[in-house]
Amino acid sequence: MDSFNQYWTSLSPLTQSVTFSVLKILGVLFLALLPMVAYSVLAERKISAFIQDRQGPNRVSLPLVGSIPILGPLLTKLGIWQPLADGVKSILKEDFTPSYVRKAYFWLAPAITLVPAFMTVGVIPFGSTLGSQKMVIADLNVGILYTFGIVSLGVYGIVLAGYASNSKYPFLGGIRSTAQMISYELAMGMSVIPVFMIIGKLNLSDIITHQAQHGWMALPFMATQQTFASYLLWPCMIVSFGIFLVSAFAETNRLPFDLPESETELVAGYNTEYSSMKFALFFMGEYASMITASCMMVVLFFGGWSLPFFGLDQPATSIVGGLAHIAIFVAKILFFMVVFIWVRWMLPRFRYDQLMDLGWRRFIPVALANILVTAVVMYFVR
Amino acid sequence: MIVDRKPLSFWERMYLPSIWGGFKITSKHFYNTVFRGKTGGNTLSKGYYPETKWDVAEGYRGAPYLVKDQDGATKCVSCQLCEFVCPPKAIKITPPGADGQTADRKNAEKMPREFEINMLRCIFCGFCQEVCPEEAIFLQKDYSLTGLARGEMIFNKEKLLSLGGTSGGIQKWKHKLEEAKEQEVFPVETK
Repeated sequence: MDSFNQYWTSLSPLTQSVTFSVLKILGVLFLALLPMVAYSVLAERKISAFIQDRQGPNRVSLPLVGSIPILGPLLTKLGIWQPLADGVKSILKEDFTPSYVRKAYFWLAPAITLVPAFMTVGVIPFGSTLGSQKMVIADLNVGILYTFGIVSLGVYGIVLAGYASNSKYPFLGGIRSTAQMISYELAMGMSVIPVFMIIGKLNLSDIITHQAQHGWMALPFMATQQTFASYLLWPCMIVSFGIFLVSAFAETNRLPFDLPESETELVAGYNTEYSSMKFALFFMGEYASMITASCMMVVLFFGGWSLPFFGLDQPATSIVGGLAHIAIFVAKILFFMVVFIWVRWMLPRFRYDQLMDLGWRRFIPVALANILVTAVVMYFVR
Repeated sequence: MIVDRKPLSFWERMYLPSIWGGFKITSKHFYNTVFRGKTGGNTLSKGYYPETKWDVAEGYRGAPYLVKDQDGATKCVSCQLCEFVCPPKAIKITPPGADGQTADRKNAEKMPREFEINMLRCIFCGFCQEVCPEEAIFLQKDYSLTGLARGEMIFNKEKLLSLGGTSGGIQKWKHKLEEAKEQEVFPVETK
């Protein structure tokens, strides 16, 4: 251990920070994001089953673990091993490329959908500190601008998939997704402007620190010291959060706004022609973007890793505190993931014109008015 | 019929009542499934498929099999009507030919040398049963046909007959035989 410490301190600061960054990237990607994607698919299947009076996946069992007396059958019944079976299935299935597709774009599209969804996580502060390290991969000062920039790249994957498939249903799906994602990006961007007006910073870590002190944006009573100003701004924040939430559904192509995919009308929309691992990449991309959308909601409106009890509103000083903050953040994300999943099995799909109407004629004016009202309130409060 | 489309009230246009209603009904089902175990399988059929087999109702159109008559003879006379009517061309009949084996029941002219149904092609429409003049093929109650290779799913005459069982039915040829015999007796009434 001593020799390791000596070796470690002999490294240059640059090497040390690069090592930590690589560790954080690998940790977040392989220990957090990919398992969360896999298990949110399981959660989706289980919750949908429970809502529809079914049992959901309850058959997959591992050879040795399955024979542990009570635990084994319980895990099997919960479908814990189902993601493993799904993964093996997607890899072993025939990867069929129809003869009429535009091959280069056809191969490129799944990657272009998946990569932006994973890249967004880079600026999300998923915890306060662990040891001496801030728990964020890249602590950008323009965090939110980066997020919106990258998220809007996600649409290209879907459009490219629709174009490259060279058949009518994927093409329609691609067209729909272009219009839908661009419309709701506007509303989404405008809905968060009041948050930055109040906090005055774009860095996501600073946004969380501010909320830890002055109350969460959407729930101002979750604060150690209550302020009158945050209660006055509460209605504006509720409107902001509402628009952000609905836009997030539209941005991630989830029901009730899953028009690019809409199975009942377009077969499977943009991913009709895809099979095996390429289809799985689209699927993972959808769930990864749900996770990043949940992260954004938690960071912007629900205080990130903070909790106004037990001194958890300050950046952690011990390893245990740091882990507790990460756990709080993950718990908040999981709550929004369940909301995403539950809504899918609750609401029917919107018609296309209703979707565009809601985006352009309701949300954008309301978001603009919200910016104005927030400014007026802030003028009188501060 | 004309459905009266009332204009929605402001509250209804807010879409929030629908969301609340949806949440109420989904959480009710979620609660019943998770905490009271009331899934469709548990309430309707007392279990799930591989463990609990399904009760097949009368008139169910399952796999088509050939049947034997009450004497254990093949009823099919190789007329090939079912082969002709079969929409997915799942049935393939090889007739006995000019010098083939004769029918194993009396008075019927012939029976098929080979009778194959490809269960992978069959759509269980029941046309073969409907068209058969001999009541020799019936859609029965088997619904779970599986195999490890495509060849296994082509059922031949022997397999179809053993799975099909017995069905007496109209006994057309038996009556014809009795009629013919009676004709030979010439029951002339004498005073």
